[in-house]
Amino acid sequence: MEVFGIWVAAFLTFCIYSFLYRDNPFYRFAEHLFIGLAVGYGIVITIHQGLIPLAWNPLWQAITGEGEASRWGLLNLIPICIGLLFFARLSRRHSWLIRYPLAILIGVGSGIAIPNVLQADIFAQTHGTLTPFSQIGRLSAFEIFGAILMVIGVICTLTYFFFSVEHQGAIAGISKIGIAFLMIGFGSAFGNTVMGRVALLIQRVDFLLNNWLGTLF
Amino acid sequence: MKGQKILCPSPVVQGLVILVFVLGFGLNTFAQGVTPPMNVDAKDTPNDAGKSITITWEKAVDGISVANRVRGYQILRRIETGEFEEVGPLLPPETTEYKDSTIEEGTPYAYIVRAVTEDGTTFDSGETDFVKGTGEWFHTKKIPLFLAMLLFSIAIVWNIYHAQSGKEIFVRRIPGLEAVDEAIGRATEMGRSILYVLGLGGVSDVATIASMTILGQVARRTADYETPLRVPCNDPVVLNVVREIVRSSYLNEGRPDAYNEENIFFLTESQFAYAAGVDGIMVREKPAAVFLQGTFYAESLILAETGNSIGAIQIAGTASEHQLPFFIAACDYTLIGEELYAASAYLSKEPMLLGSLRGQDWGKLFIFAAIVLGVILELLGVNWITTFLQRVS
Repeated sequence: MEVFGIWVAAFLTFCIYSFLYRDNPFYRFAEHLFIGLAVGYGIVITIHQGLIPLAWNPLWQAITGEGEASRWGLLNLIPICIGLLFFARLSRRHSWLIRYPLAILIGVGSGIAIPNVLQADIFAQTHGTLTPFSQIGRLSAFEIFGAILMVIGVICTLTYFFFSVEHQGAIAGISKIGIAFLMIGFGSAFGNTVMGRVALLIQRVDFLLNNWLGTLF
Repeated sequence: MKGQKILCPSPVVQGLVILVFVLGFGLNTFAQGVTPPMNVDAKDTPNDAGKSITITWEKAVDGISVANRVRGYQILRRIETGEFEEVGPLLPPETTEYKDSTIEEGTPYAYIVRAVTEDGTTFDSGETDFVKGTGEWFHTKKIPLFLAMLLFSIAIVWNIYHAQSGKEIFVRRIPGLEAVDEAIGRATEMGRSILYVLGLGGVSDVATIASMTILGQVARRTADYETPLRVPCNDPVVLNVVREIVRSSYLNEGRPDAYNEENIFFLTESQFAYAAGVDGIMVREKPAAVFLQGTFYAESLILAETGNSIGAIQIAGTASEHQLPFFIAACDYTLIGEELYAASAYLSKEPMLLGSLRGQDWGKLFIFAAIVLGVILELLGVNWITTFLQRVS
């Protein structure tokens, strides 16, 4: 059975890689199989990790009084009913009701996301930019150079992202330096990520050479 | 008794005997006398959801011999009707605080801290009072962050108010967005569709929300030109939001008849299955323009390369800094980071969005000033800006 699994995996790997030549029936087969399996798997996971433990079980326990649940579990009916409004789109007459769960989801999502973004992406990074200057006496010349370069980079890059001012004169010059910093950063990230992708390719080739060919020889 | 000699040691010998006796007794006493951890206290962890209790103690005093040095501390706890049981790993000897995050909210626990020496001998502290974890409504340490957010929100609302009062707000040129009309026009002329990919973000993802507002503007133009707009989604909730947005755009343009719900469809939630599906759509339908706007991960280059291979004009935009290089390399235009968030205001020119954009610029100006001022003050030895930032972050 294990050998059969290896052969299926190898066949599907070749089907997907055949896309490098052109679109073909083998690729289409693998693509549709992949999507179908992913959707089916997703539905099962959603039922077992979402619907049953988060909605069905607490509600059922609240109704029947099983386990440690109290009648407060009936409050779960509120989010369940809001979630059920998603199915309103199946009725042309009542499809407007879907706007309520959507509004709640986007509102709650934004409410959670925005403070986190402010905290992690703005304040923490500004703090990180300033931190080396609080211990400047203990830094080596190279570290001091790095700290100064960091501040220049942050200020120039930030200038590039000012939208309500015309980028002319000094602002244009500073923002061009900012773009240069961005591109250096992107170049570094590009190289780093390509290395990661090559590692994935090596993993796949290793599977074909050792696991798959290993079943033949 | 005469001639009997009483052996009496010399004073020096007597002194040595006493010294050996005293030292020996003393050393033995120290070796045995490792003091257990003192002042052990257990408290409900503040500013949490009631899922942890914090235990603090003063370190045990080591014995003199190596074997009697404290190797670490083991936390033990019990419930009111139970026996003590170990919690967590053996903590290093310098530890004086432990957060027990394996409690059940509302259940009282008592703790002891056990010092474990190198030779395995244990010395238990006294038992703490019973304490239970309770959740707090407010995280008091986040008040500075709340105030900062309030200030930022006031700046945005004030700018929106001014924009709505009729004052013109300037927005600088963003080349990637000026190409939107060009891309839609090209697709219309060629009689081909436009493919709009929102990436893998959920509905609460800020980049996805920004992408959906851009989609709304793109849909208004495709409604005008009657160009088919195809949107494969990877999240069922995003799918529903997108359908609402696109339908509203077609309605606003007076073209509800041109709206086709089938063109906005769910593909799959799986990352690479989604990438395979979008690639398949690209090579089979050959859209003239491809928009890649939102949150992307490792699939970004696969999508952008395929779009490039079919000769589509590609406009990408994301805040995922690790994917931006691939978009810059493979797409015609790329919206970098916050340009994605500015896009909706830029395209629609709506006063509310323009005011919001200007408010964000004020926020950036504040950060700009904080950095410059912070560096100067730090060099002068004043660190209140750094301290404030540390508190809010």
